[in-house]
Amino acid sequence: MSETVNQNNTTRKVTIKAFRFNAETDYLPYIKQYEMEVGKDELILDLMNKIKWEHDGSFSYRRSCRHGICGACAIKVNGKSVLACKQNAIELLDLFDNDITLEPSSKKRVIKDMIIDKSDFWEKHAAIKPYVVADIDPRPAHETKQSIEEFNNFMDSDLCIQCGACHYACPALEVNPDFLGPAALNAAYRFTVDTRDTAGDERLAITAQMGSGVWDCVKCFECAEACPKEINPIEKIGKLHNLQFVRGVAQSNVATRHAEGFLRGMMKTGYLDEADIVTYSEGYLGTLKHMGTAFKMMKSGKIHWHSGIPFINSIPKIKNLDEVQKLIEISQTNKL
Amino acid sequence: MSQLHYALFTGCTAKQSTPELLSSTLAVAEKLGIKITILEEASCCGASHLQDFDEFLAHVLNARNICYAEKLGLTMITICNTCQLNSAMTKHALDKDLVLKARVNEKLAEVGLEYKGTSEIKHFLYAIIDEYGLENVKDKVTVPLSHLNIAPFYGCHNIRPSELHEDANGHENPYNPNSLDRLITALEGHPVNYESKNKCCGFHVELQANHTSEVLAGNALLDAMDNNADMMVTPCPLCHLKMDTYQDSISKTMGRDVELPVLHMPQMVALALGCTEKEIGLNFHVQKAKHLYTA
Repeated sequence: MSETVNQNNTTRKVTIKAFRFNAETDYLPYIKQYEMEVGKDELILDLMNKIKWEHDGSFSYRRSCRHGICGACAIKVNGKSVLACKQNAIELLDLFDNDITLEPSSKKRVIKDMIIDKSDFWEKHAAIKPYVVADIDPRPAHETKQSIEEFNNFMDSDLCIQCGACHYACPALEVNPDFLGPAALNAAYRFTVDTRDTAGDERLAITAQMGSGVWDCVKCFECAEACPKEINPIEKIGKLHNLQFVRGVAQSNVATRHAEGFLRGMMKTGYLDEADIVTYSEGYLGTLKHMGTAFKMMKSGKIHWHSGIPFINSIPKIKNLDEVQKLIEISQTNKL
Repeated sequence: MSQLHYALFTGCTAKQSTPELLSSTLAVAEKLGIKITILEEASCCGASHLQDFDEFLAHVLNARNICYAEKLGLTMITICNTCQLNSAMTKHALDKDLVLKARVNEKLAEVGLEYKGTSEIKHFLYAIIDEYGLENVKDKVTVPLSHLNIAPFYGCHNIRPSELHEDANGHENPYNPNSLDRLITALEGHPVNYESKNKCCGFHVELQANHTSEVLAGNALLDAMDNNADMMVTPCPLCHLKMDTYQDSISKTMGRDVELPVLHMPQMVALALGCTEKEIGLNFHVQKAKHLYTA
């Protein structure tokens, strides 16, 4: 990697790598290198423009507003999701030691170079009814009022520009194509807590589906890191979890029992009961599939006799356990 | 340097399925001359699952844990990424939102406690690196790990969301973390550079989305193996549990043999500092790891 910093320290000569692939003509993708001077205020979008305008006119990418609002230019750089028109280039060159590769948001969805087929994103977005459902009088006597507090409940989630940065940064979605993903779930939250909306419970039922809804989130926080509008989608996923219990629409299943079941061990010892949480969440039949692992854990001593009989009384009690019991009793707000 | 003194929040796993994490943590602290007071009053952090069920209750219980570190006037250290995340989330929420803090304190007053916000919360990894110092660790190495290629596995909840952690983790960049790499180098081991080091292990959906969980863990383990790792090291006992205890089923899911010891961060340090075999507790691993003890 050649790098020279010129005398007044305002530009840096670097080699930028870019992922190239044309789904119509290429058998395999390849990486091409482009030498260029990068100034301190230049954005990743400026680098892509330089590749197209000064090196290779066939280099393809989406761009439109250049102001971080249309969401067209989301790509990845060394695996980091960025909005090309918002991300400073020198910052990334510093972070990755001057060795950066421009990549599409999702390599398996590439049409050409940085351009991907986002149809799965839009299908999932549409699936959660991303609009206010309300029986509105076409000639109302006065406008529908909303307090500032009510508006603030969804204000940040409303800033989503549908760029797909979080969606294609989500590892759960990479493995499980049915998962709705952080962007759609954020939108589900945004409309569910809107006081004008009447389809909240319907939306909660959609997002509570096992295999596609909130319980399939792996809690990696990649979406919080990826969002260029700082929406923190996983925080909204957490709120959707809570709303299932707050509105009393949660079904008893392995995931909801797993969440609520933490309190069982905490009431008894202050700690989570690792064995009980499995049997309580899975049910006795479901527990059978964990027996092999349990046996291996007993053999290695992970399930052990150090502090009592395994599964019976082996978990030590915390000091002042009565405080935890009392706090659960007086602070618990939700029920399964 | 005056003696470092921390309040240790053990978390549930160190008291149950990973006794080797607690023993190696205490052994490392003793070798380094770090004083540890165990917070025996501390309860479960909720592990993000109790938070899914009842966020307010989870804040109350985590605030109670922090109260005990505050009473001692000490920084609270954690040895689990998820404990770190959930304790820090409560601290962050309460310090920022005074109305919430008052609501939580109203409950805590019933048991004679008050959350003030005076204690910092830090993972032991960053206490070692940022407060004890890697140069000082280097001086204590008696069994250099120069024969080992070590794959650092950072675990999500120490590095993301970066905004929450940046004061406690030395501004670690989640897209290019290097603290574990630097620790491995200080112990004279060879850090393995591989793409999955900052990815998710899948632990949290083990029960409800087992396939996702197995593939995520499998991807990381195979990536480390394909880059010639002799072992993996992680600061998170939940990553350890997922990646150590399930290698048989992960092998079936991935269609390839997965075989890699996964050590807790303090176990790796304990190996290099010459702690005893019992303290390091490699016998507690499901995937055989005892050969790594060479002192």
